[in-house]
Amino acid sequence: VTSEVVDARGLRCPLPIIRLAAVAKEAAPQTVLTLWSTDPAAEPDVAAWCRMRGHELLDQVPDGDHLVSRVRVR
Amino acid sequence: VAPPQTGDTGGTLCVVTRPDAYLDAASAAPLRPAAQEALAAAVQEGWADPRRLHREGRQARLLLDGAREAVAAVLRVRTEEVTFTAGHEDAVGAAVHGVRHARRRAGSAVVTSAVEHSAVLHAARREDHLTAPVDRDGVLDVPRFAAALDSPGVVLACVQSANGEVGTLQPLAAAHAAARAAGVPLLVDAAASLGHVPAPTGWDLLAADPRAWGSPGGIGVLAVRTGVRWSPSGPAGEGTEPTGATPWVPLALAAAVGLQDAVTAMDAEAGRRRTLLDRIVAAARGVPDVDVIAPDVDRLPHVLTFSCLYVDGEALVDEFARAGFSIGSGSACTASTLEPSHVLAAMGALTHGNVRIGLPAGVSPDAVDRFCAVLPGAVARVRALLGADDL
Repeated sequence: VTSEVVDARGLRCPLPIIRLAAVAKEAAPQTVLTLWSTDPAAEPDVAAWCRMRGHELLDQVPDGDHLVSRVRVR
Repeated sequence: VAPPQTGDTGGTLCVVTRPDAYLDAASAAPLRPAAQEALAAAVQEGWADPRRLHREGRQARLLLDGAREAVAAVLRVRTEEVTFTAGHEDAVGAAVHGVRHARRRAGSAVVTSAVEHSAVLHAARREDHLTAPVDRDGVLDVPRFAAALDSPGVVLACVQSANGEVGTLQPLAAAHAAARAAGVPLLVDAAASLGHVPAPTGWDLLAADPRAWGSPGGIGVLAVRTGVRWSPSGPAGEGTEPTGATPWVPLALAAAVGLQDAVTAMDAEAGRRRTLLDRIVAAARGVPDVDVIAPDVDRLPHVLTFSCLYVDGEALVDEFARAGFSIGSGSACTASTLEPSHVLAAMGALTHGNVRIGLPAGVSPDAVDRFCAVLPGAVARVRALLGADDL
């Protein structure tokens, strides 16, 4: 299983989700994507995006100044 | 800024270009004509200081007493249990700080739901502020709320009657029973619901916002039931109110008359607006990748929110403004805040691309239908701007 990092640090909503979705669109099923974000909306919005688009939210953990969200593309 | 217009325009106090298309009435509704008339009349008759004993003062005092009596009748409380404050935020602050002060020997912790109005969260915010979660529909988790009430030093609980962003009505009877069982007074923030659905009954203190029922701002309502331990901190005895304040009487009268008017029309207006709101729900559900937050629970008749994936909330507000519609948004990318709506986040709803609808009383079906017609195109255009139209 491959993993790819989407660095959306410093980007305001909805750009982190758009970047994530753009990578997810090209990714093979079951790929695990990692999003780095600093926007406070990213935490609820990654979870909502997964629910709406059928992806699996693996975890969301703060790492220093940013949030690390991991999702498995459907 | 154009000067206020009165008279020929039917008493319009401010210039609103397309009043039919104002769809942001949840927190500030257009003034009801009855409230405008009461305000204008009271400016003539009730401008004086109601604490003075001269003729003008006594006349103002009579109007203030009448306003208090009218609000008390709607809330089904005694007249002396109603206090006028400087606004909704001030009412909430007076309630929270007044109970904390009166019960300071018991502690100072306050339990609120996670989706209270920012005024409540601001007043409660301290290290001993406990929040109880809501479910995906925005409904208070009563068992978790009850558990929080059993924490040491809890002196007050706060639950809204309804959420002003998503419209969900809260289980107040259960919340009040839990508060009673814990021996904690319950403050109900009725800002979003009063005048739109029947007044809540299960509470010890209640705060309300005249702007939300189409009366002027600059005044708030706080009701405190007799026997509740509450010590307002102001200079007691100096004003007409227990807080030490004295409201401007025309605002108090306009608040009361507007509330009476809203309550009289309530059932008819609720039915009408519920039907129109359903049209917007259907239209929003027809747009791809939209999180329509219209849970199948008891709801306000005029409040709806939905969030559009890959959309900038501010750009969407602008897009609707160009089409003639004034809407609100709880997205972090809008207005003055960098934080997304705490209500949407607590519910697990999408926070970006958010649209808040509050249908004003008397909104025309035509305006709603036009809004529904422009909705898909507006979302599509804003998505395309961000290159997100095929994600």
